[in-house]
Amino acid sequence: MSKTDVIGSAAPQGLRGWLSTDTPHSRFQARMGRLWFGWLTFRRNRLAMLGLSIVLLLCAVALFAPLLAPYNPVQGVLNDRLQAGSAAHWFGTDNMGRDILSRLVYGARYTLLVVVLVAVTAAPIGLLVGTVAGYFGGWVDTVLMRVTDIFLAFPKLILALAFVAALGPGLENAVLAIALTSWPPYARLARAETLTVRTADYIAAARLQGLSHPRLIVGHIMPMCTSSLIVRVTLDMAGIILTAAGLGFLGLGAQPPLPEWGAMISEGRQFLLNQWWVATVPGLAIFIVSLGFNLLGDGLRDVLDPRAGGNG
Amino acid sequence: MTGRAEQGGPETVRPSRSGARQASPGRIRLKRAGMMALRTLGSLAVTFLGLLIITFLIGRVLPIDPVLAAVGDRAPADVYDRVYHEMGLHLPLYQQFFDYVMRVFQGDFGTSVLTSRPVLDDIVRVFPATLELATIATILGVLLGVPMGVLAAVHRGRWPDHCVRVLGLFGYSLPVFWLGLVGLLLFYMKLDWVGGPGRLDAAMEDFFEPVTGLILVDALLQGDMEVFRNAVSHITLPAALLAYFSLAYIARMTRSFMLEQLAQEYVLTARVKGVSEARVIWRHALGNVMVPLITVIALSYAHLLEGSVLTETVFAWPGLGSYITSSLLNADMNAVLGGTIIVGGVFIGINLLSDLLYRLFDPRARR
Repeated sequence: MSKTDVIGSAAPQGLRGWLSTDTPHSRFQARMGRLWFGWLTFRRNRLAMLGLSIVLLLCAVALFAPLLAPYNPVQGVLNDRLQAGSAAHWFGTDNMGRDILSRLVYGARYTLLVVVLVAVTAAPIGLLVGTVAGYFGGWVDTVLMRVTDIFLAFPKLILALAFVAALGPGLENAVLAIALTSWPPYARLARAETLTVRTADYIAAARLQGLSHPRLIVGHIMPMCTSSLIVRVTLDMAGIILTAAGLGFLGLGAQPPLPEWGAMISEGRQFLLNQWWVATVPGLAIFIVSLGFNLLGDGLRDVLDPRAGGNG
Repeated sequence: MTGRAEQGGPETVRPSRSGARQASPGRIRLKRAGMMALRTLGSLAVTFLGLLIITFLIGRVLPIDPVLAAVGDRAPADVYDRVYHEMGLHLPLYQQFFDYVMRVFQGDFGTSVLTSRPVLDDIVRVFPATLELATIATILGVLLGVPMGVLAAVHRGRWPDHCVRVLGLFGYSLPVFWLGLVGLLLFYMKLDWVGGPGRLDAAMEDFFEPVTGLILVDALLQGDMEVFRNAVSHITLPAALLAYFSLAYIARMTRSFMLEQLAQEYVLTARVKGVSEARVIWRHALGNVMVPLITVIALSYAHLLEGSVLTETVFAWPGLGSYITSSLLNADMNAVLGGTIIVGGVFIGINLLSDLLYRLFDPRARR
């Protein structure tokens, strides 16, 4: 529908015209055109745009942390410990005299790192397991889905705790533990998508041309699963952030003196009564970023996966 | 249940031409139900076995030497060897796993290094605290969440709907441990409306003899209103916190189920017949929503038993979550794995229960 909006007005020239043309000359142009129309739909959703801005802001802060942070995030001035917010220290200082704003800024890097690492490990695992199970069916399907169900039957945080216990506390192990516990829903999703396209004519045609199973799965089935998977991963990112922060809070994720937000809340706990800002400010940061990912995920779902519009 | 399936078996496989008519529909249904139950039980057994495999492997890849943990690092070599053999560590892995499964089925999760008591005893001691908290939170979540979801669906796109949406969005974005800390700061430290961390005031804890471990129930049974009031003031905040997260989920699901039902033709029929709007919504539509809602509520209940790890840590609530966490921080692996198996088992059990309830209440699922 957005197509007619744009074209109907007047034949646009330049890049916009190239993107919105009815007769693309290359596959690349067609793809870009699709993205462009998706963006036009997405842009109309104000909450989703807010979510996107928050996520982009997080990326920018993480990228330019050394430029943005006014102080060293790890070394503090003990004379300035537990100060309230002021012009020098906007969000105050913690018990080691470290500037909380600087720690928040550097902490954005760890939050982003966790989210990205979990997404790039868990999503491909789930995609592979789900497509293979759905494509081959039969006992392959039964075995793979049974394994998936076992992981799903576990409470996520408890399983992550058990993995961290085995691997030892630390940011990398927390990431690994979260990834190991978050792939099953993706596998379920990818399998469901695979089942709907498995018997499609284009798959039969490709198979008749003599395509091997791996090429069929990677080249012709996986692309059909990606859009719903992207939506799901984005919606899960808030959960990943919360889990990582929870592990940090329990002392099982990032270890001090790393400025990870969950660990910062944990450190600020003992000063809650008199220096409330030490524990509450990092929590607000976690909240805002999670909210951003949730809003972005909702918006992406409306664009990429209108069928699943959970809000009815 | 298995007996039923066997009973129904010979009836339906009789190879006569009119077999389909002869086997009574009741028998067929019974057989199908039996097969279904068998399949459910089978998948349940496989899932539980998977749970055991994972915990067993975690216990094996651990960099902690279980023998050293038991005998200490100053034990002579012959003692070390003896204990090594006693623990069965010289056996092949599959045999060790078999022994492990047998022990778990006998309720033997080993001894906790931290409390030097059997892990099962420890868990039995701490579980009521978690159960009490999760149950109250779920009750609150259902009592508030269901009506909110219904109102949001009925007033779709207007302010009740937006409120529920924002509430849900916040519920999915707020770190539970942080909200707990802020709650403690506000309602306990500043305003002094509720009790602080723990299940009772420290002074009261020494005098109170628990029976069931559910302090609220115990206090009522013993007629000790002072303890009851104290326990209520302590449980209010953590229960309200967990209830909020459960409410956000339940309201969201109720809303989408209700929207689906309100668009059905029977709703239109009822309205045309002149049934009052309240009756259409709360009786006709909600009645049909209750069935899928059972699964949602059960899932949320199961998650509360898990999610309370963080809440229990914040509120120093001596439940299963704090037990697992403190064991973890002290490298007490028997306790961690035992707790994991119990939580996983409870999770599986609740899922099974919701499945059965679903079959019981929804005639379509009984086919």
